[in-house]
Amino acid sequence: MLSQDALKQIDREIAKYPADQKQSAAMAALAIAQMEQGWLSTETIEAVAGYLGMAPVAVYEVASFYNMYDLAPVGKYKITVCTNLPCALSGGVHAADYLKQRLGIGFNETTADGRFTLKEGECMGACGDAPVMLVNNVRMCSFMQPEQIDRLLGECE
Amino acid sequence: MGALGFILNAEEGERGWRLAEYIKRGGYSALKKIVNEKIPADQIVGELKKSSLRGRGGAGFPTGLKWSFMPRQFPGAKYVVCNSDEGEPGTFKDRDILRWNPHMVIEGMIIAGYAMGCARGYNYIHGEIWEIYKRFEEALDEARAARLLGNNILGSDFSFELQAHHGYGAYICGEETALLESIEGKKGQPRFKPPFPASFGLYGKPTTINNTETFASVPYIINEGGDKFLELGKPNNGGTKLFSVSGHVNRPGNFEVPMGTPFKDLLAMAGGMRNGRKLKAVIPGGSSAPVLPADVIMECTLDYDSIAKAGSMLGSGAVIVMDETTCMVKALERLSYFYFEESCGQCTPCREGTGWLYRVVHRIEHGEGRPEDLDLLNSVTDNIMGRTICALGDAASMPVKSFIKHFGAEFEYHIQNRKCLVPEDVQRAGSGFFKAA
Amino acid sequence: MLEIEIDGKKTEVADGSTVMDAAHQLGIFVPHFCYHKKLSIAANCRMCLVQVEKAPKPLPACATPVTNGMKVFTHSEAAVKAQKGVMEFLLINHPLDCPICDQGGECQLQDLSVGYGQSASRYQEEKRVVVNKNLGPLISTDMTRCIHCTRCVRFTQEIAGWMELGQAFRGEHAEIMPFIEKTVDSELSGNVIDLCPVGALTSKPFRFAARTWELSRRKSVSPHDGLGANLIVQVKHDKVLRVLPLENEDVNECWLSDKDRFSYEALNSDERLTRPMLKQCGEWREVDWQTALEFIGTDLKRVVREHGAASVGALASPHATLEELYLLQKFVRSSGSENIDCRLRQTDFSLDGKKVVPWLGLPIAEIPALDRVLVVGSFLRKDHPLLAQRLRQAAKKATRVSLLHVADDDQLITLQGKSIVAPSALAAELAGIVKAVAEAKGAAVDAALAGVQPSAAAKAIAESLASGEKGAILLGNFAQQHAQAATLHALAQKLAELTGARFGYLGEAANSVGGYIAHAVPGAQGLNAARMLAEPRKAYFVLHAEPELDCANPQQALAALKGADLVVAMTPFKTRALDYAHVILPVAPFTETSGTFINTEGRVQSFNAVVKPLGETRPAWKVLRVLGNLLGLPGFEQDSAEAVRAEVLGGKPASVAERLNNQAVGIAINLESAAPALQRIADVPIHFADPLARRAPSLQQTRDAMPPAARMNAATLAKLGLAAGAQVKVSLGGTAILAVQLDDGVPDGCVRVAAGHELTAGLGPMHGEIQVEHA
Ligand SMILES: Cc1cc2nc3c(=O)[nH]c(=O)nc-3n(C[C@H](O)[C@H](O)[C@H](O)COP(=O)(O)O)c2cc1C
Ligand code: SF4
Ligand code: FES
Repeated sequence: MLSQDALKQIDREIAKYPADQKQSAAMAALAIAQMEQGWLSTETIEAVAGYLGMAPVAVYEVASFYNMYDLAPVGKYKITVCTNLPCALSGGVHAADYLKQRLGIGFNETTADGRFTLKEGECMGACGDAPVMLVNNVRMCSFMQPEQIDRLLGECE
Repeated sequence: MGALGFILNAEEGERGWRLAEYIKRGGYSALKKIVNEKIPADQIVGELKKSSLRGRGGAGFPTGLKWSFMPRQFPGAKYVVCNSDEGEPGTFKDRDILRWNPHMVIEGMIIAGYAMGCARGYNYIHGEIWEIYKRFEEALDEARAARLLGNNILGSDFSFELQAHHGYGAYICGEETALLESIEGKKGQPRFKPPFPASFGLYGKPTTINNTETFASVPYIINEGGDKFLELGKPNNGGTKLFSVSGHVNRPGNFEVPMGTPFKDLLAMAGGMRNGRKLKAVIPGGSSAPVLPADVIMECTLDYDSIAKAGSMLGSGAVIVMDETTCMVKALERLSYFYFEESCGQCTPCREGTGWLYRVVHRIEHGEGRPEDLDLLNSVTDNIMGRTICALGDAASMPVKSFIKHFGAEFEYHIQNRKCLVPEDVQRAGSGFFKAA
Repeated sequence: MLEIEIDGKKTEVADGSTVMDAAHQLGIFVPHFCYHKKLSIAANCRMCLVQVEKAPKPLPACATPVTNGMKVFTHSEAAVKAQKGVMEFLLINHPLDCPICDQGGECQLQDLSVGYGQSASRYQEEKRVVVNKNLGPLISTDMTRCIHCTRCVRFTQEIAGWMELGQAFRGEHAEIMPFIEKTVDSELSGNVIDLCPVGALTSKPFRFAARTWELSRRKSVSPHDGLGANLIVQVKHDKVLRVLPLENEDVNECWLSDKDRFSYEALNSDERLTRPMLKQCGEWREVDWQTALEFIGTDLKRVVREHGAASVGALASPHATLEELYLLQKFVRSSGSENIDCRLRQTDFSLDGKKVVPWLGLPIAEIPALDRVLVVGSFLRKDHPLLAQRLRQAAKKATRVSLLHVADDDQLITLQGKSIVAPSALAAELAGIVKAVAEAKGAAVDAALAGVQPSAAAKAIAESLASGEKGAILLGNFAQQHAQAATLHALAQKLAELTGARFGYLGEAANSVGGYIAHAVPGAQGLNAARMLAEPRKAYFVLHAEPELDCANPQQALAALKGADLVVAMTPFKTRALDYAHVILPVAPFTETSGTFINTEGRVQSFNAVVKPLGETRPAWKVLRVLGNLLGLPGFEQDSAEAVRAEVLGGKPASVAERLNNQAVGIAINLESAAPALQRIADVPIHFADPLARRAPSLQQTRDAMPPAARMNAATLAKLGLAAGAQVKVSLGGTAILAVQLDDGVPDGCVRVAAGHELTAGLGPMHGEIQVEHA
C-alpha cells in the first residue's frame, strides 16, 4: 500500500516522539501518504492506522479534521486561495474569482482534464503578501495579481 | 530593524537564517553564557520576570510567571512546546521569524528547556507554511551538528532534544491544548482546563507552551538583562514587539517596534493608507480582537494597556487596516465564516453558535436581514461567550459584538435597504486587485 | 477532604472530586448529557454549567474540581440562564419530532428541554441533516439527532477497549461514525444505546416495536455467562420486547454484553415449542401434557425394569435454574440412578469427590483491587465480556494482567505477560510458571515438575506474579474443558499458594456454581456427563441442553442419544431432539419461570417470571415435580419455585458461601500429554454458547457469529500446503467441511475449529489430533 520510501519517511517521523507515542506521527504519516498517493483513500488511511497501531477511525478523525488532507481525489495541481478578511482587503476574493474564471471551475471542483482543483482556504499566516495561494499544500505563492496568476497557471500546464 | 532583529530583509541575504550567520549576529551567546556559567534556573526565570515579557501569542500572559509554574521536582519527562501555528487572521509574524531567524527560536527554546528542566521540546508549525517547516528542520540539523542541541549541549551535562511537528490546516491548533492533542496524533480539540498544561500537558506531562516570538525574545533578555528589555518598551509592557500590518496600507508587512509606539507611527511605517484613502477601522490584535473605529485607534499606543483601555486587545499584534471602501457587514461575514469553519465542533455553544452567527450575518449581507437580527446576534454571542471549553467561542463573538457596537448604523442600513452602504464598485476598487488589469 | 456548599447545602468531599460528584453526594441534580460516571470527562455539552462564587463565568460541574470552601449555585439566575442558553443551542439543529422518535419517552434531551427549553425557536435557518450509518445488526442510527456528547465514542475507546466509533470532521460538520463502511463489532456494543442521551443510537431489534411507556419493566438475571448480569426485561402483552441493564455495581455495573441484551429475541422465535410432542410409530404428534408425562412414566418404568436404574442418565445445561437442576437430580436419584451432570463440556473429572465447588475465589467487585492477575486458558473477552471489561479497566490502573492461553485473540487488555501455546503444552507451560516462582521463592515443587524448564514467557509471568501482593490465578473455560483440567487446577492452586494469590474459576455458565449447589453432579456411584455418553444409557433426560452442540463430544453424544430407548428432551425449542428424542416437553425459558442462578462469585440471584409461559409451556421444575408425583416418588410436593429453592438452600442463601471451595488435596499432577502433529483448539463462540443465543437472529448476524472456519497460522498453512479460503475436510471423531482461515494467533501445529455450531457438530472431541485435507 505505502511504498518503502514512504515507510522510511514515516519511521523518521515516529523517531521524533517518545517510543510509546507512535501515534504522534499520524499527521505526518498521512501527509507523507497523501504526497505519495495524491489523496487519502480508505485503504491508505487503514494502512497508516495499521502501521501506527491505531484504530482506523482514530486516523480517520485526524484525516477529516485537518483541512489540508484530501479525502477525495484532487487534480494534479490543487490551488488553495485564501479569502479571509486580511487577504480579501487586498484582493483575495477577487483573485479567487479570477482563477475561477480562468479555469472555468468553482471552489471544490476539478477541471475536466484533471489538472486543477480549486479550494478556498483559511488564513495561511501570510496576510501581508495578499493575495496568497498555496499549491499542492507545499508551495506558497504571494502577491498574486492577475499577471502572477497567469504565470503560475502557465508553469502548471 | 528593531532591537531584537527578529526579521531580516531580503538584502541581508537569503543565507541570513543559517547557523553561521546567526552566530555572526551574536546568536547562541545567551545559551553559551548559561551553560558555561552554569546560571541557575531561578535566575533565568527571574530575568524573564524582570523583563516583563508577556506572551506574544495573544493572551499576553507574563512569560516568567508561566515558566515558574512548572513543577521543579517532577520526576520524569517535561516538555517545552513552541506555538508556531499562527493561524489568527492578520497574523504573519511567526512565519517571518522562522523564515529569517529559526535559530533565535531554537536558542530560546533550549534556554527554556534549561530553565524548566525539560529534556524535550516540539515546535508546532502551521501547516500552510511548509517551506518554513522544512527550513526549520534544516536549522535543527545545523544546531544538532554544532552540538547546540542533543546530548550534553556544548559539552555540559545539559541535554535537550527539539523536533518540529507540522500542522495540516486547523486554526484551532493554535489554542495550546488543542495543539498538544495534535502533537499526540489526535484531532485538535482543546482540553478543558484545569488541569493546566504545567501539570498535565503533552502526554500528560508538565508542559510549557509559548509563542514563537516569545521564545525568540528570550536570548536578548539573557544577553542584555531583563531590565534592558523592559526599558525597550514601557512598564508592564516590556520589549519590542512585531506587528503584522495587513489590509488597506501601501506597504503591508511586519514591523518590530517598541511597545508603546503610537499607532500613527506604525501606520506610517506601513506606507500609510493605500492610495491615500481614509481610515475607517482597525482590528488591532488579530481577527479575534474587537474592531476599533479610526478615531479611537488613532489615539492609541501599541501596548497591552492602551489597546485594552480603548476596548480591544493587543492580541498577537496583527493589525488589520480597513479604509472607507470596506463594507463592514461583508468584513464581519468573512470573519464569522472563518470561526464557523474553524470551530472544532466539540462544545455545544461554539459548534452550534458560530454557525448561527455566520448565518445571520450572511443573511444581512445578502439583503435578507431582519430588524431583530442585531439583537439576536448580541444575544447569541452572550450565550457563547464564557460558556465554551476554549477561547474560540469568545474569539468568534467579539468581532460580532464590536462590529455591531461601532458600526451598528451600517448594519441597520443593510437590513433596511437590503444592500451595502458602501457601493459595490467602491468596494471592488478598494482591494487593488484589478489595478493591473 | 474539601468543604463545599451547593445551593446552600454543605458537604465534604474527597480531594480530587468534581462539583458534579459533590452534587451527587448531596442529591442535587445538575442537568447534563456528556457526563457519565463510567467515562472520562469530556465537558463538551456544557449543559451542566453552574454558578460558582467568585468565578467570572459559569463553570461545568462535571469538570470543575472542588476547592475548599467553594460555593456553588445550580439554580441561580446566572446558572439557569447559562443552561437555557446551552439548551437552545442543542435544539437548533435537533429535530423536534419526539412523537416519531424511538427514544421518545426516555430521552434526556426531551426531559431536560421541558425545564430548560424555550417554546419557540429563534433559529429559523435550515436544520442540519446527517446521513445515517450502518453500525451492524444491533444498533440503529438516526444521526441527525446526535448532540455530539461523544459518550458512544468514549465508550468504545475506554470501556470496550477498541475505538470503533469516532467523531469525524469538525465544527458543525462533525459526525459520529465508524470507520468507513465498518460496523461496530464489540461484544459490548449495545451499551452505546443506553449511553446515547437522545435517539441517535437505538436498538435495531427493538426499533419501533413499542413506545417505551407501553412497556412494563421487570427485573431478571441474565442466563448466559457466569457473571449473572442483572436485567430489566421490558414486556408488552406478555412478550419480551427489550432488555436493559439493571445497575448493580457489584455485578455488571451499568453494562450488559450484547448477548445479555439481545438474546431475548430467541424467546419470540418461531422455533419455540408450544405443546408437548410425542413420537409414535416414527411420527411426531402434539399431545397434551397428561399423555406426554404418562408416556414418560410408563416407559421409564419399563427401562428401569429391563435394564436397571443405572441405565438412566440426565444431562442438564448449566444455564438451567437452580430449582430445575435440583428437581432433576432429585428425580433421577429417586429413580435409583446417580447419573446426572451439568458439566457437559468437561472432559477431566478427576477432581470429583474432592469436595471442590469451583468458583471465582473472590467477589467480582474486588477485581479492581488486585495487583496481579493470571488468566489461564480463556477466550476471555468472548467468554466473559464484562469480567474482561473489569480487568481492562483494572489493567489501566494498578492491576498487571497476564494471560496463558492457546490462542492470541486480542483481549483489548493491556497485558503484562503473555504466553500462547498449543493445548498439549498448556499444563507444562503453567508448570513452568509455577517452577519459576518456586525457584525465586526458594520453595519446593512437586516431583512431577522436576524436568520442567520454564520458557522465557513463563519466567516473565512468574516474575510479575511474584512481585505482587494481591494476586489472583483464574482458570477459564478452556482450562476447565481441557483433558488435563485437574492438573491445571493443581498447578494453579500451587501457584496461588506460592504467590499468596487468590485462586478461582471463571464460571462458564449462568449456573455453573448452582449446578454443584443443586447436586446436579454425579455422586460416587454415578456417571459424569462424559461417561454417560461414552457408555451409552438406555434412557436420557435432557434439560435445556442441546447435547449435539453443548457436549464435549457432539458426535458421541448424538450416537448415544440415537441409540437410547427413551430420550426425554425438556427444552423451549424445537431442537435436533426431533431426530433422536421420544418425547419433547416445552419448558419455560428463564423469562417464563421463577428461578435462581448462582453466579461465579457464589451470589444467589433469584428472579420471577416476567411473562406468562408461551402456549402450553410449563416451567421445568413443575414438570419434574409432576413427573415425580406420577411415579409416586417421595419429596415432590413443592408448590412453588420458592419452595424448591428453600429446600436446596436450606432456607439460607448464605450457606452457599460455605460450600464454595477451590482447594483440593492430593491431586496427581500429570504433565504427560501427547502432542499430535496437528491438534484441535476448540472455542465456543460467544453467540453459539447456549440455545438462546443461537436463536437470536440479530446476534446471529454479528461478526462474532461468523460460521466457524479451520483457522491456522501461516506456518501451519504452509506445512499443509493450504491457502486461506480453501475448503477442507477436517476429521476428529467425525468430519466437517470448513473454509480455511489464516489466523496468526493460532500456535504452530494447531487448527482452531469452533465448537457449539451446526457446521462443526459432526466432529468428535474438542481436543486431540485433527486431520485436515483438501475437500
Ligand atoms: C482559538 C485560539 C487560537 C490561538 N492561536 C494561537 C496561535 O496561532 N499562535 C499562538 O502563539 N497562540 C495562539 N493562541 C494562544 C495560545 O493558546 C497560547 O495562549 C499561547 O500560545 C501561549 O503562548 P504565549 O504565552 O507565549 O503567548 C490561540 C488561542 C486560541 C484560543
Ligand atoms: S470553543 Fe469551539 S473550538 Fe473551542 S473547544 Fe469549544 S467547539 Fe472547540
Ligand atoms: S455534563 Fe458537563 S459539560 Fe456535559
